[in-house]
Amino acid sequence: MPRRWAIGLLAPPVAFLLAFFVWPVANIVGEGLRGDHGWDLSGVGAVLGDPHLRQVAWFTLWQAAASTALTIVVALPATQVLARIEFPGRRVIQALVVVPFVLPTVVVGAAFLTWVGPRSPIGLNLEGSVWAILAAHAFFNFAVVVRMVGGVWEALDPHTLEAARTLGASRTQAFRTVTLPALRPAVAAAAAITFLFTFTSFGVVRILGGPGRSTIEVEIYRQTADLLDLPIASVLALLQLGAVSAMLVVQDRLERRRPVTAVAMRPADRRPATGPAAWLWVAGNLAGMAVFLGAPLVTLVERSFRTPDGHGLAAWRGLAEVGADSRLFVSPLEAVGNSLRFAVAATVMAVALGGLAAAVLARRGGRAARFLDAVLVLPLGTSAVTVGFGFLIALDRPVDLRASPLLVPVAQAVVALPFVVRTMTPVLRAIDPRLHEAAATLGASPARAWRAVDLPLVRRAVLVAAGFAFAISLGEFGATTVIARADAPTVPIVIVRLLGRPGALNVAQAFALSTVLMLLTATAVLLVDRWRPPEGRRGSWM
Amino acid sequence: MSRRTVRVALAGLTLSAVMAACGSGSSAPTGAAVTLRLLTHDSFVLSDGLLADFTRDTGIKVELLQGGDAGTVVNQAILTKGSPQADLLFGIDSTLLTRALAADLFLPYRAPDLAHVDDSLLLDPEHRVTPVDYGDVCVNYDKQFFTDSGLAVPRNLLDLADPRYEGLLVVENPATSSPGLAFLLASIDEFGDGWETWWTDLRANDVEVVDGWEQAYNQAFSGGGASQGDRPLVVSYASSPPAEVLYADPPIDEPPTGVVESTCYRQVEGVGILAGTDHEAEAGRLIDFLLSTPVQADVPLSMFVFPARSDVALPEVFTRHAARPADVRELPAAEIDAHREEWIGRWTDLVLR
Repeated sequence: MPRRWAIGLLAPPVAFLLAFFVWPVANIVGEGLRGDHGWDLSGVGAVLGDPHLRQVAWFTLWQAAASTALTIVVALPATQVLARIEFPGRRVIQALVVVPFVLPTVVVGAAFLTWVGPRSPIGLNLEGSVWAILAAHAFFNFAVVVRMVGGVWEALDPHTLEAARTLGASRTQAFRTVTLPALRPAVAAAAAITFLFTFTSFGVVRILGGPGRSTIEVEIYRQTADLLDLPIASVLALLQLGAVSAMLVVQDRLERRRPVTAVAMRPADRRPATGPAAWLWVAGNLAGMAVFLGAPLVTLVERSFRTPDGHGLAAWRGLAEVGADSRLFVSPLEAVGNSLRFAVAATVMAVALGGLAAAVLARRGGRAARFLDAVLVLPLGTSAVTVGFGFLIALDRPVDLRASPLLVPVAQAVVALPFVVRTMTPVLRAIDPRLHEAAATLGASPARAWRAVDLPLVRRAVLVAAGFAFAISLGEFGATTVIARADAPTVPIVIVRLLGRPGALNVAQAFALSTVLMLLTATAVLLVDRWRPPEGRRGSWM
Repeated sequence: MSRRTVRVALAGLTLSAVMAACGSGSSAPTGAAVTLRLLTHDSFVLSDGLLADFTRDTGIKVELLQGGDAGTVVNQAILTKGSPQADLLFGIDSTLLTRALAADLFLPYRAPDLAHVDDSLLLDPEHRVTPVDYGDVCVNYDKQFFTDSGLAVPRNLLDLADPRYEGLLVVENPATSSPGLAFLLASIDEFGDGWETWWTDLRANDVEVVDGWEQAYNQAFSGGGASQGDRPLVVSYASSPPAEVLYADPPIDEPPTGVVESTCYRQVEGVGILAGTDHEAEAGRLIDFLLSTPVQADVPLSMFVFPARSDVALPEVFTRHAARPADVRELPAAEIDAHREEWIGRWTDLVLR
């Protein structure tokens, strides 16, 4: 790709990030590091010298690493089943898997505590234990692995694997030498995103970890929102950014040492399970998912029907009402409308901007491209409260955007952008350039070659990325809560507000609304997955 | 419908949704109508139509910005001082008052209806903050538990450290929760310098600490209608019992919870005009409105707090079920501001480390 093109394509996403990420964050961090008389770096010593904060930093790091490892181990077998094997109901399960990802942490925390809290029906009390945190992180990020790795896995050419088996490789050998190298970039990308998410974990740690445990993110929130100690908050924010950047650099180094495996991408290739062993494998995985992902979700639905003396529809009846009795300025159903509007706008922005960036990053491998690749992921490693408070002090000029409802989808797009880039780049990179050359040799114009070779694969990448972006916007809470206007709250915000009030009906309504959010997510993902291109190789797509 | 039609329809939907999202963003004032922005916390709510009445009577529109809990929005206002995102701030209480006043956040305004407000509620003699409502943070108990176990309900803070009540109390972390901070202040008011000893005893008595009210009341407490926990004592509000009655379906006559009245700490909540506003006069009218009889009569059932005005009748569910302690605890705002961080730090060392 010519350099001039690359710069032109990159201009919109870079400008967007500069305006809505770099500038606000630089403003708030700068505010903290600037004393009354020039730069004041006393916060650095205060943070590094505080044994409590050192302990927090260490805990943040190791729990993120452990959570990431656990997520990959738990989710990879399920990814194989969903990506490679065709069975009745696969599509629905593939959509349902994304549901945990968008639920507000406070709701999931409540659902987890129902099973592994002080009144656990299975006699397992994990409250305050680190295992509850790790399990909740794996629950949340399961979908990241299933979708990011699955997107590549389902398209792997089965012939290579069959060739290896024909040549005498055992099943394990073939997996290790053929499948794994091909999946490695996608696994690495999913691991990086999971690590970033868990490194900046907030709600899960606060609810399940008890008050004795804290991450850097929790400390940044406390120092910014509760104590307004910006010098300390700024140093912590820089520490967090530094750690995240270091992780990205290490990952980049590791990746570059590995030889690049050329993977021929094809349309999804799923085969029905054959033989009892294969069926057992599918059934075992589905049962595992039902327990691990299903049980907490079922609890949410059940609690929406719970009344003080049994079960009933009281909470559901109240959903459409507004007024003194609903304790909110809009009816919960209006919040659904807000969430959908914001999510569509955020998805369009994130996919358009992220797509441009991915198109360039997939074709250019220089130092600048790798730097940009890392910068694009940084929003995920930045505290939501840093971004939210940054918006408040930076976006009042030249036009005061702070009360504009457009700011909500913009903030959500900032969070979704890294996903879009990380999901699309490996797929675009995997397109075999020899196919282009072949097309050109056969006399196709570059445009025609792109249409015939790239477009079908690009479509799939766009769909996966759009599904993610949509889900992220539906579930985003941290930045939204700082900037959402009272007359346009999103569903997660209404859920959290309902849970903040006494009375059985409020709690049941929060769970009813969580159920609505679940259904909404599953439906959206299902629709996106089904929305296949009308022309082209249809038979093999469906 | 062919696939292409579906695609076009979906694209159309997307476009119209984006345009709808953009369309509602144009908040340009039309004609001379003024729009006031009121920055407040997530718990602020008024009954449907009340704000519309204000707009109808005055021609002034009101836009609400809800930016998190009370502490967060005050800190937002301090951060954006000079270029405020709103014209007024509602939700400042005595725990953050001195910090806000020291930052010169507010313009003074004396509402005529202050004549109906008890002097004990006045937050600032210079009227930079006008009291609108108050609430009491108190220990709540699970009636069923104390009936079944035959144990006497604790009478005061000192009782809570008694071994008879071991493992029964859940409190919120004062570093992260406003009722948690109020409860810490109540103990400092009660025991003076002895508060640290009392908390050490409480820790030995197996007090549970959680991060926020939601976890304490819904997850750890056993008494509320939707509570999931096993602890029969919790730090909540004097108005929690009427909320239990009001939000029960099927309806109940008596709340499942009661209040230990001697533990109550009072939080007065006020509103102030943010310095830097272009609409100072209109902002004053909004304060008048918040102190008017209709709003004052509305706050008990919409926000579960007591109205600042003493000449407004309370709803029946409040007169029947809300605790009205004769004597409440309060610390001077300046003292809180001088020691807040130090107290929270000491408390963390004593109770959590």
